[in-house]
Amino acid sequence: MNLDLKSASGSGPRQAGFAVLPELRKPWVARFTVKGGRTIPVVRSRLSPADRLGSLRMRWDIGRMDYRVLPGLYAVGDPGRGSDVFVSANYKMSFDALRSSLDGLDAWILVLDTKGINVWCAAGKGSFGTEELVSRIAITKLALMVDHRRLVLPQLGASGVAGFEVARRSGFHVEWGPVRAADIEAWLAAGRKKDDAMREVRFGLRDRLAVAPVELVHGWPILPAALALAAVHALPAGSGWLSRALPMFLALAGTWPVGALAFPVLLPWLPTRSFAAKGAVLGLLWSLGAGILGGLPVLGLAAAVLVAMPATAFLAMNFTGSSTFTCQPGALLEVEKGFWPMVVSLATGIASGAASRLFGI
Amino acid sequence: MPLTYLKNGETLSLDASRCTGCGSCIDVCPHAVFVLEGGKASVAGRGRCMECGACARNCPAGALSVVAGVGCAAAIIVGKLRGTAPTCECGCGAEKETRCC
Repeated sequence: MNLDLKSASGSGPRQAGFAVLPELRKPWVARFTVKGGRTIPVVRSRLSPADRLGSLRMRWDIGRMDYRVLPGLYAVGDPGRGSDVFVSANYKMSFDALRSSLDGLDAWILVLDTKGINVWCAAGKGSFGTEELVSRIAITKLALMVDHRRLVLPQLGASGVAGFEVARRSGFHVEWGPVRAADIEAWLAAGRKKDDAMREVRFGLRDRLAVAPVELVHGWPILPAALALAAVHALPAGSGWLSRALPMFLALAGTWPVGALAFPVLLPWLPTRSFAAKGAVLGLLWSLGAGILGGLPVLGLAAAVLVAMPATAFLAMNFTGSSTFTCQPGALLEVEKGFWPMVVSLATGIASGAASRLFGI
Repeated sequence: MPLTYLKNGETLSLDASRCTGCGSCIDVCPHAVFVLEGGKASVAGRGRCMECGACARNCPAGALSVVAGVGCAAAIIVGKLRGTAPTCECGCGAEKETRCC
């Protein structure tokens, strides 16, 4: 039996039927179905332009959106007692990736309460974890909805969920699916076997560019800082101020796109394994080039380089959080070893900028 | 060429005497760190290990251990400023797929 969302009494006068929670009055809920005496939301398995726009806004960190999905049991297609159960996080982008990979299938989706965090991060924090999974299985009475005892989990959930513990405590056997939901179809076609590619996390150009926008957005303070430094550096005001300020401003402000966009693009080819050092190299090349082309005097050029290097190094270092291969001891090493060199470089740079103006060299 | 970082996999340890060769670690590792040799797991790519902790959590024999943590400089800086362990909870609304762990 299918129920139309329009006939559901949500805010209007209550009639015989059912009330829809506001969290489920969403365009991605196609309808409701009654299974095992319960009303289950059936979700669309194709993403709408609104879903894609929402993802784009999250990538660019535009607006403080609550991007959560109500935890619980959902249906894709017309699942039965033998259909697979796929587990996801209640971050909408994770949920969207899963449902859009199940197009044409009849399956269940069990959404855990990960506080709106994606699978991998939530697994690291433990909210996509054994405890939550076992309790969600109990809350949704999953054992009454299906005859089998299998769950398909995204592989990246493994840092939070102990499969053998889940089996012991709930009776459900955990199958680790592919890293990327997009590989589910191929995984099923291969007889539920993962090949090496399905098991490995990638960080190719496309992946790096997908996570770059938010770093770009967060790097905005560089712009006013560059503006202020260049404006003060070019004092006194009056004739020649703009021609002194502009090349300095460009050399400094350029560290923003260089550190937040060029860095992720060039990451595999930059020297050393330290993100901060890679970033500093990029900052050096950029500011040297921009400063020379802009005709900065010797000490002014030194100032631009010494300020630009820690700026790009810092942006690059922050990209460790977006990467898929950095470990904590390494990041700690970068922060601890990098802090003072960055501060000293910045201070020396500002001092040489002042000296450049004072002595006119 | 796989990307590698500083101090990769230094805290990962495998006690071969406890390993039963079930292959769970191989199944959950996102960086192909393990291989099965002679019925037991062995560490073949320590330099690729990001210490996510998936293998140790899913080793039923308790043969694996690793100090898992987020490899995120921002989390470490926030932790240092607050005098706590590294945390992604900076309250800046950055706890999303786009910038995290």
